Order: sequence, then C-alpha cells, then structure tokens
Amino acid sequence: MQGTQPLTETPTSRVLRRFWANPVAIPSLTIILFLTLIAGGIVLLSATGHDWPCNPNQTNLELKLLPPSPQHWMGTDNLGRDVLSRMLHGASISLTVGLVAVAVSLGIGITVGAIAGYFGGITDQILMRAVDALLCFPTFFLILTVVALLGPSLLNIVIVIGLVSWTGTARLVRTEFLTLRETEYVKSARVLGQKAWHIITRHILPNAAAPILVTAVLGIPDAILQEAGLSFLGFGVQPPQATWGNIIADGKTYLLDAWWLNLFPGLAILIASLSFYLAGDALRESAESRS
Amino acid sequence: MVLLFIISIISFFIVTLTPGSPYPWGELNPKISAEVKANFRKKFHLDRPLHEQYAFIMRDLFSGNLRSIKDDRPVMSRILERLPATVALNLTSIVISLSFGTLLGVFAARYSGHWQDAAGSFIAFLFIALPGFWITYVVVITLVKGFGVPILGTHSYGIDFPNALASGLDTLWHLLLPATILALGGIASQSRYLRATMIESLREDYIRTVRSKGLSEDVILYKHALRNSIRPIIAGIGMVLPALIGGAVVIETIFAYPGMGRLGYEAVLERDYPMLVALNFVVAALVLLGNLISDLLSAAVDPRVRLE
Repeated sequence: MQGTQPLTETPTSRVLRRFWANPVAIPSLTIILFLTLIAGGIVLLSATGHDWPCNPNQTNLELKLLPPSPQHWMGTDNLGRDVLSRMLHGASISLTVGLVAVAVSLGIGITVGAIAGYFGGITDQILMRAVDALLCFPTFFLILTVVALLGPSLLNIVIVIGLVSWTGTARLVRTEFLTLRETEYVKSARVLGQKAWHIITRHILPNAAAPILVTAVLGIPDAILQEAGLSFLGFGVQPPQATWGNIIADGKTYLLDAWWLNLFPGLAILIASLSFYLAGDALRESAESRS
Repeated sequence: MVLLFIISIISFFIVTLTPGSPYPWGELNPKISAEVKANFRKKFHLDRPLHEQYAFIMRDLFSGNLRSIKDDRPVMSRILERLPATVALNLTSIVISLSFGTLLGVFAARYSGHWQDAAGSFIAFLFIALPGFWITYVVVITLVKGFGVPILGTHSYGIDFPNALASGLDTLWHLLLPATILALGGIASQSRYLRATMIESLREDYIRTVRSKGLSEDVILYKHALRNSIRPIIAGIGMVLPALIGGAVVIETIFAYPGMGRLGYEAVLERDYPMLVALNFVVAALVLLGNLISDLLSAAVDPRVRLE
C-alpha cells in the first residue's frame, strides 16, 4: 500500500484506482464510449427522421461499388448503398446484441449459480450436471441450429446467444458462493435468522460483484462475434437491416473489386471486440490481485 | 452415461420443439397428396407424441437405423464419412494452439510486467477478437485468386501426384491453413491461462533453488516451471472441443472442407431433424471422449494426479 493512499479506501475505489492506472483502460473505454455514442446518436437521428450521412437502405444502382470518396467516406456497396451509414447502423445492432445477450446470460447464470452455490447438496449436483451437459454442446452450432429453426430475428438471436452462454457465469457464481457462504458475516446473518433470499442478495452477491462484472464485460464481445458469424452465414439479423456481419457477407462476392466492403466492417468488429476484451481484462487484473 | 442421456434429451427437444416443418417439400405444396404426407409422417414417426418420437430416435440411433429425412441414407454412415476429416482438423488445430499457446504464454510470463508481456497479451486478445470468417475469407480469396494456390477441400483436384509423399504433403497443406485459423482463439486463451499459472509457479521456492544452481533461464522456464503449470491447460483440452467444432462450422463452410461442421450447417438448412439430433449427440460424445483423454494426459504429465 502506498503512503499517499487514504487508510479508509473502500474496495471499490481501490479497484477503480488500479483500473485507471492500467494503460489500456483509457483507450479501450474511449473506444467503447465512442461506439455507444455513435450507436445511440444514429438511432435517435433516424427516429426523428434525419438520415446522416445517408439513408442506410437507400439504393442507387448508378452509384454502385464506388470506392471511398469525400461523398461516401467508406464507399458504396453493390446496390449503391452508402457503407458508412450502414456501418453506423450496424454499430447499434452489435452493441444491442452484446448488451442484451449478456443481460440474459447473466440473469440465468447468476440465478443458477447462486442457488447451486448457496444451497449445495443435491440441488447443486443436479444443476451442475445440467451445466456440464450444456458445456458439451458446440456453442456456435447450437446457436445456429436454434436460430435457423426459430427464424432469425434480432430478438431470437440475443435470447438464444444468452441462453447458451450462461454456463460460465453459473460456474463462476457458484464457486464464489461456495467460498463466501463459509465467511463469518454470512454465518452470523444466518444465525440472526435472516431469509436465504436476503442473505444471497444483500450479503453474498455484492461481494461477488467484481468477478461477475468481469465475465459480463468479457461476454459482450463474444456475443458480438457470434452475431457477426451468424450474419455471415445468413442467419443473423435479416436484411435490409445493416449489421457488420452482413455487410461482409454481402461484400464477399466483390472482395477483389471492392475491398472497402470487407475492410471497414471487419476492422469495426475487430476493434469493438478488442476494446471490450482489453477493458474486461484490465478490470479483472485490478479486481484480482491484492497488492 | 447420465450425462450422455441428458445430452440426448436436450438435443432432441431443442431440435423438435422449434417451429418449422421437416418435409423435403413445402408444407403447403398442393401437388403432394395427403396420403403421401401421412406415409412420410409415419415413416419418420412424426405422427407420434414427442416422448415416443424420442424413444424411436434413440432406438434407431443405437441400432444404426436412423435415417436422414433428406436423402434417406443412414445418418451414422454420413457422420462417419465426415469423422476422419473432422478429427484430423481438430487434432491439428489443438496441436497448433497448444504449441504456440505455450510459447506465447511462457514468453509473457518470462517478461511479466514488461512491455513484452503487454505486447503478448495484446496479440492474444487480437487473436480472440479477430472475426474468424472475415480473416478466413480474406486469406482464401487472396491465396486462391491472387496467387492461384489451391487450398479448398481436402486435396487438390485434377492433379496426378507422382508419389504418395507429394499427395500426402498436398493433403497436409489443405489441412494446415484451416487448422491454423481455427487455432487462433485457442492460442490466445491457452497463452493467457498459462501466463497466469506460470507467474504463480515462478514465485515458488523450487524455482529459487534451481535458479541458485545456475541453470539457464530456458531450462528453468521450460523444464521446471512449465511442467508444474501446464496441467490445467491439458485438463482443459476436452473443454476446448465444443468451441472448436462450433467454430469449424464457419471455417469448414468457407474452405469447403468436408467435416462435421459443414454437415451440420447443411442439415440446419435442410431441417434434417434426425441428422441434427445425431450430430449433436456424436459431438457431445466426442467431447466426453476428449475429457477422458485429457484426464489421462494430465495424469501422464503430472504424477500427483491419480487415476481411480
């Protein structure tokens, strides 16, 4: 502990201080914030009837496959649609998929993990067997099967991605609960006769918040990449709605003639998921070590 | 066994409970008489209640009589056709990710806290964040169209190889590229794990002892520290398989590689229920087998692990 630190530093502020000291924290958070602002801004703009820079679905065959230029910063696609506009709208889809899918998987994962870890015994056995069974399935293939059979829509995709990706969270929460259950303060809460629900939500869960937050942040890029993969195979969010994955999928036929159809969305997926991974990892490091 | 049973139930219900019709012709095609439809339903037991359908599918699966709705061929023989290619692809990919993951992990642990460590972490996350289908497409198109190098399928067509060696090398080349791309994620996650366990090991007393003996840094890292750190990685190999086979769907599709991933993709397109159930089941069984093998391997690497 450094001498300049106040003696009463709370765990939260200690984690935050260590997080901000990490050199990747600020760049990755800036990118995430930037993407969020773009996505939010573009949704608000089109909701009020303004299209900037263009309408993402406005086709114009006279302008097809134009390279990047001052009018079309990222060029146009095979139907003459402005790639920049489609990219901006794709950002909101990717972020929505990431956040909602993670919310679904956190909800299930925390519930299952908390029940298994707190009550233990036969409940734990049954739940963890189910988790083991789910872990044996090839995740992406499972998502593909269900999405293809249910019909690909934004809602189906986020729910299915969330439904198959909660197992990691459940295992983690269970381990945390198994350790925290034996702590003095949980034991005394139990001796005082508090309800299980109260102990779980008030005493154990807040103390397991850091690792849960880390898996949440690391889960967002997983979901983004999975949606992009689905879009690429044609089972993602359906056209004409632009997503980063289906811009690549549409542009793959023109790869040699129109590099911009591949480069920009590919880079966008790469940079977005890289920022989330790096931010999540920085958070993990600052929450983990005790020095 | 219990696990396999749960797996079979899950895979059956996931496939059958989702809406959509499995008929090879459209549900509403007026040219198909009701009689033909009824016969079809009867043949594939689609007229029975769900739990009986499950029993029929499981019975047929184990007696080898389960037939694909699409082409009426036994499902198992179609899967077995694809099995060698899939196993070859996944094994190669695991070998690549283990070896490069180990190198990268040891490298990051050796320079932990320095810029080399940060660079190593960055590369690892870059590999995970790289959308596989995107990089695959770019590589395939550049190599095939730009340089005329044949890389699709399992071997080059239309070329007579002078001897078995040349033909073998050709097959190996067709295997290597998809396996490498498939391995990128594994390299990343394994190097991250290994870095963490290596840093722990390097703080131990026995490392101080070997260091005081004056052994070279390489010997210390690879012979002493690595041996004590690699067990969690090896124990995790079995758990890597689902991600690999899942990720292979996209990569096999692009490379036109005849593995199980592409078979699954085609079965999804054709709504081939028996095929999907059987595929999920076989993959899950492969994963259990992979877990068993990685348990055996960790016992071989670490004598402290006892098999019971």
